[in-house]
Amino acid sequence: MVVANKNSVVKYRRYIKVFVFLLALLPLLQLFLGVLQNSLGPDPAKALSHMSGEWALRFLIITMAITPLRIITRSSEWIHYRRMMGLFVFFYAVLHLLIYCVFLLGLQWQDLWADILERPYITVGFGAWLLLLPLAVTSTKRWQRKLGRQWSRLHKLIYIVSALVLLHIIWQARSDLAEPLVYVLIFSVLMLFRLPIVKRAFNTRSKKTAAVHKH
Amino acid sequence: MLIKQAADILPSEITSESSYLNRRQFMGAAGAMAMGSLLSPALGSASDVIEPPPLDYLAANKDSPAGFYTPEVQTPYRDVTGYNNFYEFGTDKTDPEKYASKLVTDPWSVSIEGEVDKPGTYTLEDILKPHDLEERIYRLRCVEAWSMVVPWIGFPLGDLLKRFGVGSKAKYVAFETLYRPNEMRGQRSRFGTIDWPYVEGLRLDEAMHPLTILAVGVYGKTMPKQNGAPIRLIVPWKYGFKSIKSIVKIRLTDRKPATSWNKTAPSEYGFYSNVNPAVSHPRWSQASERRLPNSLFKPNRIETLPFNGYAEQVASLYAGLDLKRNF
Repeated sequence: MVVANKNSVVKYRRYIKVFVFLLALLPLLQLFLGVLQNSLGPDPAKALSHMSGEWALRFLIITMAITPLRIITRSSEWIHYRRMMGLFVFFYAVLHLLIYCVFLLGLQWQDLWADILERPYITVGFGAWLLLLPLAVTSTKRWQRKLGRQWSRLHKLIYIVSALVLLHIIWQARSDLAEPLVYVLIFSVLMLFRLPIVKRAFNTRSKKTAAVHKH
Repeated sequence: MLIKQAADILPSEITSESSYLNRRQFMGAAGAMAMGSLLSPALGSASDVIEPPPLDYLAANKDSPAGFYTPEVQTPYRDVTGYNNFYEFGTDKTDPEKYASKLVTDPWSVSIEGEVDKPGTYTLEDILKPHDLEERIYRLRCVEAWSMVVPWIGFPLGDLLKRFGVGSKAKYVAFETLYRPNEMRGQRSRFGTIDWPYVEGLRLDEAMHPLTILAVGVYGKTMPKQNGAPIRLIVPWKYGFKSIKSIVKIRLTDRKPATSWNKTAPSEYGFYSNVNPAVSHPRWSQASERRLPNSLFKPNRIETLPFNGYAEQVASLYAGLDLKRNF
């Protein structure tokens, strides 16, 4: 199936990318509409901060799902969308931090500093945000060439970002751990595909299927 | 148990016809609300369609005793009833309004137990009968560092306790919320860390304090389900979670009662939970609060006051107590 459509997929990749890009901007539109329609409830800053944070998290999950998708579908097509998804993680994370600083803290920088030092969930959240910076900066092809093998080592930081983001969520739960557990589960499954044993399993299976088809 | 010999009854104790009728109106209205919630599947959310019935009460005014009234801007009704922490219906602030319509509040009874002269299970009507309702305009400070100003309708808890006779051994009052998982979806959550039913407690002197009330209404109307219908506690100088909702049990005891949040996270929530800007919650600074509603460029951040601004009335209850340790 992949082979049959390969050329058309490549041909239309540019359009698909534009489409995906616009799709990824829809949450931003949702935030704007919420503000314009005044439908964010009595604490709009909190609502905006939650929504932007959740979208950063969702794009992180999508970014981390590229490798598993590649393994499962045995198609490298997915990789062409990874940079964009990663940059959307950064985009919504920047929005999340800005909303927090401007609307929740009212630009009281000493309060930001106190929060980072004293509130563990903010410490790890801010740490995750800082680690996203070098990843966003070096996301271009030029940086990729410049850094060579170091580039992929640097971009392994996304695993630390994921761990910090999970802590950021778990430490905010007051009583019901269902939601954090769902995210831990999702990330665990995505991490399984990084294990050599799982990768091998998919590889041998694909070879077997190929062999069966030859007969 | 409440029946008295005719000779014992003072004229002042006799219920006036008007307040008798008002109580009938309250009960009838509560019934109408229950009917309304039965019809609600066809009509959409009950809170959208059916206005809670009005109550008769003595309005708070500037001349009310200290603490009973605040001139601060009141949080609008739609926010008071649409932004709630009532984990029995879910942990999202909008969950209670969405899901509380399933709760059946009529009939309702409250069990009064322990060190009291007249223990028993009383219908809501019995509980309310002799009490005149009054309005109290209180600040409500949530432990999550937001706050509201709410006009509650209720009567002093102390009056109720006196009526049932506080036993000589009683030192604390324990409260319990309804446990009914098929009506309260939050109680069905598999990963919740709260051990239902929700329980709370006060020291007897805190319970007898005139600021402490049992509320049956808000904004002049019968208490909406998402706010803890039909009867809930209000202790304005403590964080909101102390003000237990939808009460089914009141027990007087000589031992300090367990409280739900303290059981869940003892390092985060103490028994007292008095509003205290000097003691931070591990996840929130308590030095300031965001008064609701706010807007994006007017965050309404104000300084939090000791005892939520009721220090003049209640600080003496804690003389000599290390409030940093007894948080």
